[in-house]
Amino acid sequence: MGTLKLLQGNEACAEGALYAGCTFFAGYPITPSTEVAEYLARRLPLIGGVILQMEDEIASVGAIIGASLAGKKAMTATSGPGFSLKQENIGFGMICEVPIVVIDVMRGGPSTGVPTGPSQSDIMQCKWGTHGDHPVICLTPAYVQEIFSETVRAFNLAERYRTPVFVAYDEIVGHMRERIEIPDKGVLPVENRRRPTCSPSEYMPFDDTQGDVPPIADFFSGYRQHITGLNHAADGFPVNASPRIHTDELRLLRKVEGNRKDIIRYETVMLEDAEIVVFGYGVSGRSGKSAVELARAEGIKAGLFRPLTIWPFPAEEVAELASRVKAIIVPELSLGQIVLEVERCAKGRCEVEGIFRVDGDPITPDQILEKIKEVG
Amino acid sequence: MAFNYDPYIRSGKLPHIWCPGCTFGIVFKSLLRAVDSMQIPKDDIALVSGIGCASRLPGYVDWNTLHTAHGRAIPFATGLKMARPDKKVLVVSGDGDATAIGGNHFIHACRRNIDITVIVLNNFIYGMTGGQHSPTTPVGHMATTMPFGNVDPTFNIPALAKGAGATWVGRGTAYHVPALDKLIVGAVEHKGLSVLEIINGCPTTHGRRNKFRTPTDMLLWMKETALPVSAFEKFPAEKTVGKFPIGVLYKGEAKEYSETYFAMVEHLQKKQEGRGD
Ligand SMILES: Cc1ncc(C[n+]2csc(CCOP(=O)(O)OP(=O)(O)O)c2C)c(N)n1
Ligand code: SF4
Ligand SMILES: [Mg+2]
Repeated sequence: MGTLKLLQGNEACAEGALYAGCTFFAGYPITPSTEVAEYLARRLPLIGGVILQMEDEIASVGAIIGASLAGKKAMTATSGPGFSLKQENIGFGMICEVPIVVIDVMRGGPSTGVPTGPSQSDIMQCKWGTHGDHPVICLTPAYVQEIFSETVRAFNLAERYRTPVFVAYDEIVGHMRERIEIPDKGVLPVENRRRPTCSPSEYMPFDDTQGDVPPIADFFSGYRQHITGLNHAADGFPVNASPRIHTDELRLLRKVEGNRKDIIRYETVMLEDAEIVVFGYGVSGRSGKSAVELARAEGIKAGLFRPLTIWPFPAEEVAELASRVKAIIVPELSLGQIVLEVERCAKGRCEVEGIFRVDGDPITPDQILEKIKEVG
Repeated sequence: MAFNYDPYIRSGKLPHIWCPGCTFGIVFKSLLRAVDSMQIPKDDIALVSGIGCASRLPGYVDWNTLHTAHGRAIPFATGLKMARPDKKVLVVSGDGDATAIGGNHFIHACRRNIDITVIVLNNFIYGMTGGQHSPTTPVGHMATTMPFGNVDPTFNIPALAKGAGATWVGRGTAYHVPALDKLIVGAVEHKGLSVLEIINGCPTTHGRRNKFRTPTDMLLWMKETALPVSAFEKFPAEKTVGKFPIGVLYKGEAKEYSETYFAMVEHLQKKQEGRGD
């Protein structure tokens, strides 16, 4: 039995980071994510870790990338406008394959929008926020317990695939308090990046003959290396006109897309005989679950698909559902973002209906139930 | 005996990208000589840069090197330093990189007085992108985005650094080379945030548009306009018009950030042990 605690979602995120071995946090205060930093500010110094309040969000990502290159597990947390600012250096993390974790507690936008209101409208920014082609891993917990465990998983995936990983959840679960169990050390797996076993003179930071995820050496460990945000060759130095760019970009995509089975996680409820499926993540997934239970109580064959990994998108799973159900309902706190992905994967084989809300309140189970009846 | 640069140069990465007549090569060699004289092991030093011609320098040096995004070198360096406070962390940056897009990071690093050496290669122009005016382009000078002469006022980099809290501030030039070696040693040895501005010449995008007919003209201009700070301060004001001081311009005392932070950590950990729980 681990430790039972009554925690807010943001605090559970901080606990998850500590469990995963995070010793370095840099951030810039912004509602509704600030509690992550505040919690870590009380805890990290006690374990010899570093907490830095930088001058802005751009600097925060720069600092955690620097720390990660020096071998630390590092994280930042933000919301809305701050997430936009972080995109530039997140792109650096992607092309240079630096393990970091970025928490985005979603609030309404664009711009300052609704700082205290919940939202799910950054989900496409997670996918496409930084320029250029790049793989994205983004996890979408819906419960305080899940924020804890998915933050641990985010660190593991960052280390395993040598890439930035997002955890995106809405203000509601970020600020909600629930009882959670923090497992004892060793109960949840905690992974560390693969480091080189060759000699420093043989080491190349992007050596694709070592597999799609080449080992990563720490700065100051004797493996002197050059890291650049320019497209680079296996040895880390710039290349600008070479088949290497193409093959390396494909490798970056492949290391995520090619490992979908390992990365994609979801919860399903009564999908076996479902005719109408609610596809919802985060707080909308919670409402979806209640709606499905209400519908079943009325004899309607409803089911739930609640993704815990939104990127890479569970495309095959949605395609399979679309081939055998009547309709997929997509509740989301935006004007319609992830519904586009669902439509893309459903390919017209079933009806896809969105429920969108951006007025600062969550989508209720009743709203979803009504839609279930409408399409049923 | 001639200095042997070979142990420090990634010879496989030559030729470098700099134009003939660019003064960055002079600074590059000075940096290697200076750090060699301090006997810092190559594994224990990192060189971080942003984007620009100046920022290409780390790629040629066999240390731990990191070429980041435009203006962002200092935050990355801050992460490295706070992760490994026992190591030397240097930043090399252009005038635009350090004081335009990276200006916010620059002043905040000065304020923290974190033990990082920031070397700004000021060539008064955006070299890499072809000669647009930067925050240090003199008023009246031609730049591609100021084709009628620059009207945008300038930063004085050492004054900016001092005002923001840097505890070691110096200026050198690519002409005064023996002095430059010493200045780099001073900047790197200093514990705290040190800013060394090095006056450089970009013949390709600045010089030839501004009455410097040859790269040599730019070096001769440095020779004629720079005054050792001791002389600069002694001369009456009218004699220093159009001149600039070089040397160590300011040295202050303040707590160094990483040391202060980890002293706090140690104190908290001791207190925790004392409680015995
Ligand atoms: C975010 C961003 N904006 C603009 C650029 C384009 N850019 C590259 S280098 C540079 C200016 C470089 O000037 P400076 O820092 O003075 O360096 P120099 O080339 O003169 O050494 C600019 C604007 C960029 N790479 N990234
Ligand atoms: S453009 Fe100017 S700064 Fe850049 S390499 Fe050429 S001379 Fe040097
Ligand atoms: Mg310049």
